[in-house]
This record gives sequence, C-alpha cells and structure tokens, in this order.
Amino acid sequence: MHPAAEIVIAIALVISGVFGFVGSYGLIKLKDTVQRLHAPTKATTLGVGGVLIASMVYFVADTEQISIHELLITLFLFLTAPITANFIAKTYMARNLEDDELPRSVGKFGWSVYDAPPDGGMER
Amino acid sequence: MLMRLVPHPLLSLTLVVAWLALVNTFTLGNLILGTFFGLIIPLLTAAYWPDRPKIRRPLKAAEYGLVVLWDIIVANVQVASIILFKPEPTIRSHWVVVPLELTSAEAITVLAGTITMTPGTVSAMLSSDGGCILVHCLHTDNPDDVRDAIKSRYERRLMEIFP
Repeated sequence: MHPAAEIVIAIALVISGVFGFVGSYGLIKLKDTVQRLHAPTKATTLGVGGVLIASMVYFVADTEQISIHELLITLFLFLTAPITANFIAKTYMARNLEDDELPRSVGKFGWSVYDAPPDGGMER
Repeated sequence: MLMRLVPHPLLSLTLVVAWLALVNTFTLGNLILGTFFGLIIPLLTAAYWPDRPKIRRPLKAAEYGLVVLWDIIVANVQVASIILFKPEPTIRSHWVVVPLELTSAEAITVLAGTITMTPGTVSAMLSSDGGCILVHCLHTDNPDDVRDAIKSRYERRLMEIFP
C-alpha cells in the first residue's frame, strides 16, 4: 500500500477515536438528560465518519475498487440519529417535565407531548 | 398508465440506487433486481405516502446538503470543545422556541433533523399544530441569536427547496 494512503488512514482513525471518546466522556460529564443528548448525537457523527473515511481510503488503496457501503452507512446514520434523539427527548419530557417548565409555544396550541392536536393533524 | 406503474418516481430511483450501493457491484442482474424492488416497494407502501413531496430546485437541495455537511463538522468540534474545556457549572443550556414558516411535513422533518445534527442544538418537540419547534441549546449566551441563525441559515433555504 502507498505510504500516503497509510498516513491518511491513520489520521482518519485517530480523529474518529478522539471524537468517539469525547462523545462518551460527555455522557459522564454533562449533568442532565437533555444536555447528555448533545454528546452522542454530534461528537459521534465525526467519530463514525472518520472510521468510514479510513475504510473507503483503505479499499481504494488496497483493492483499487471504490466501496460505496460507507456512504450508505453515513446516509442511514444521518437519517436515524435525529429521530433517536427526538424520541429520547420526548420520552424524557413526558416523564420528567411539566408543561409550565418549558417556554410557551408561539401559536394557539401547546407542545405536542402535552396538548392534543387540532382536528386534521398537521394541517393548519 | 406510467403514473400508476411508478406512483413515486423519486422513491423508485432512490431504491434502485440504494440497492446497487448495497450490493456494491454493478451488474445487469443487480440492476434488474433493483428495478424490481424500485417498482414493487412504492406500490406496496403507497398507503403510507399520502402526499408526494416535490423538490422544486434540486441544485438548491444539493447546496443545502453541503452547507449542512460543513456545519456538522463545525458542530462536532464546537460540542467537543464545550465538553472537554468548559467547566460544568458554566455551561448555560437554554430552551429556544423557533416559530415555523414551513408548512409541509417533509420540510419540517428535514429542518428538525438538521437542527439536531448541527451546532449545539437538539430539536425536542413540535407544537401540536406544527406551528413552532422546541429546540434545546447546549450552551449559548443569547438564545435569540440561535433562533435567528436557524431561521436565516436553514429555514430560508428549505423554503426555496420545498414549495
């Protein structure tokens, strides 16, 4: 394998390791659940991204074939991470917070965990 | 006839491309199998797609993707530095209410996902009529700036993409 490719792979792996570690450390350091949500949704994105870049470079340098699986993993990660975060946040609020601990919503209707939707769901 | 066979052309195309990427090799057999999935899955799941989101300006959508990708990298570094170097008592978290001008469910979903992936913010909840979104901000001195940034950087672009 070309030395330049090895250097790029090594750098990408170190970056991903650092961000993966920071994401996990954030879980310990931050104090309440909603704050802790920030650590895994963001710091780990670059953590996983670094491994995927390293993997793509490795396959191009080693087998001279472009591997597209990594792009799909990135795509699925970007699709699923916000949804997980949203569900954890909603569950936390439903169990631990009352309506009046949150800022008021701007419109006529309150937040969806506490207030029933108007007839017709999302239609306004 | 064509509309009945391919009720959701964009979904069909996405499925074909996703299938080819999953098998990682481009052969005629895989293309035919992928096309089969691309035709049959939208028909089977048509009941769950009441609306067809139309993307008005594909170039703008590509630009939006690049902006978000860049912001994700910046977000990672920012959040990492807050976690590592900020003493825990000085982290000031805020709830921010962002009023929405977007109306389509797809556009709001994309905006909520973007907010979660980018600098120090997680989208937590919609109001029950979809008129505003509750955002949790990890650390900010001025919550109004966060709201304005979300509106001008992301929502304005999304309004150009989704009709």
